[in-house]
Amino acid sequence: MDLSVDRFAEAHILIWDKTSPISFHRSETKMNNNKEYTLYNEKVMDHFMNPRNMGDLPSADGVGEVGAAACGDIMKISLKIEDGRIKDARFKTFGCGSAIASSSMATELIKGRTVEEAMSFSNQEVVDALGGLPPVKIHCSVLAEEALKAALEDYVKKHPEAASAPTKGEPAKA
Amino acid sequence: MPRPPVFLDHLSSTPVDPRVFEAMKPFFTEAFGNPSSLHRYGLQVREALRRAREQFAFLIGAENADDILLTSGGTEANNLAVKGVAYANQRKGNHLVLSETEHPSVLESIAFLEKQGFTSTKVPVDAQGILRLDKLREALTDQTILIAVHHANHDIGAIQPVAEIGKIAAERGIAFFCDATASAGWTPIDVKAMGIHLLSFAPHRFYGPKGVGVLYRNRKARLVSILHGGVQENGRRAGTENVPAIVGGGLAAEIARKELPQRAEKVRALQKRLMAGLAAKVPYLKFNGPPSGPLRLPTNVSLAAEFIEGEGQLLLLDHLGVCVASGGSCVSKSLKVSHVLTAIGLDHALAQGSIIMTLGKENTEEEMDYVIETMAKVVERLRGMSPMWDEFQQGKIDSTVAPRGVGRSFTEHAAEVSGHREERARR
Repeated sequence: MDLSVDRFAEAHILIWDKTSPISFHRSETKMNNNKEYTLYNEKVMDHFMNPRNMGDLPSADGVGEVGAAACGDIMKISLKIEDGRIKDARFKTFGCGSAIASSSMATELIKGRTVEEAMSFSNQEVVDALGGLPPVKIHCSVLAEEALKAALEDYVKKHPEAASAPTKGEPAKA
Repeated sequence: MPRPPVFLDHLSSTPVDPRVFEAMKPFFTEAFGNPSSLHRYGLQVREALRRAREQFAFLIGAENADDILLTSGGTEANNLAVKGVAYANQRKGNHLVLSETEHPSVLESIAFLEKQGFTSTKVPVDAQGILRLDKLREALTDQTILIAVHHANHDIGAIQPVAEIGKIAAERGIAFFCDATASAGWTPIDVKAMGIHLLSFAPHRFYGPKGVGVLYRNRKARLVSILHGGVQENGRRAGTENVPAIVGGGLAAEIARKELPQRAEKVRALQKRLMAGLAAKVPYLKFNGPPSGPLRLPTNVSLAAEFIEGEGQLLLLDHLGVCVASGGSCVSKSLKVSHVLTAIGLDHALAQGSIIMTLGKENTEEEMDYVIETMAKVVERLRGMSPMWDEFQQGKIDSTVAPRGVGRSFTEHAAEVSGHREERARR
């Protein structure tokens, strides 16, 4: 039997497959150089590398800037609102990859919604749309929700006539 | 064809030297015996372990190979040193003195001992990360049984005044333990001249394999085992020795000692090139720790780019083929910035943007130039996304690195917008 080190490097080991609790599957121990190893999933990486709606709106109707005491991230969301509906959204973020991806995704999701609908926006939508975030990074999506709500509050403050109804009631909290 | 990645995280680990790998191979397959066995297979590998101990002793200027204890890694060596000395001396006293910027394996070992009745004093460091010797003297009591100060800091590269600490320890008759994990193989160590009683290091930081750690212990320093079982390592560390890793680590230590002047000179030149290039190309950048020179590890470059955060830099750099580490909170699982950056009094917002680049012997000048150019692009891109950069441009907040005297500090601003959020949460 050939037990040289080179053979060992190619040997297979048994790894418990968490997705199918009753079976084992074989996995290579060798590093796969063709695979892209990234910290986050493809969707999160895409929104981090190619953020949507990054920037400011010169004539924003509502701007919200919030910081996370937990980690120090800061997120700013600007909204353009016409006839009670979000026409456009932009973000700027000081924060990690998942914070940038969360703000990118939140601005994507929110466009076209009415102010009332947006008031019940939940961070879970961001997490789901991003295909999941690591547990320690969930607070990034919460920050996106809060930046959005701060922008909506700013809008309501500036346009009390336009949004008397939607301001009532507690916004949904994840 | 994309260029091969630039590895700038040598304080996390290094590739095994091919000579080391070759030397290890027979110990997996042919010379596989257990050194505790009394037959030829056991006796054959005992000789190899003996040689490795001599090689480890050679690296750190230890006179006696019997003073080398073999463990599973740097963390275990640090645990053994701290707990082993504390338990061995608990009749003499219960007070432990350490620097604020120790590695977590030392900090947490001492925190564990505190739950069992030991007490400790953390000695502060100055703004460059160098231990305050006056504060160290003040911290010592007649109950002090251990001084634990690392040789060089992982995060900021500060080299501690170990010879002076050794003198103080000798005057007071206290054991001095020095964690040399970041420095061994890269900067000279002489345990005798430095007055060190216990010293730990891990060969995978200098082209040896993972899975082996070394604790040098002068026989005058009392130490009890924290891993119980067989009588390996003269009863101070039970468990079958990781023979291939020890053999490889020993050779890596011998090579590191012989090649140290050339390696150190090479990485020092790269460090200077990298620091100068980054300072010239990236505005609002702060370098942490001492300047390149005798007080700084030649391998370490620690910096903080203002108005942006560290993980984003790390991800973009990785995407562009530059692999680095960060000390910012977003990168850590605890969401806390590095305790080392806090200890040197670095502004929290700056600490968030910290990046640690650690050099190795295979890095090149061309790579440094690529890193400088790439870092400038990454910082510019992230600043373009940062609301803080905008607010700085508008004069609402000021720079900590190069204050203009306009606007409030980033930290004040961050506290206010975070305050908003807490107010919202209360409603």
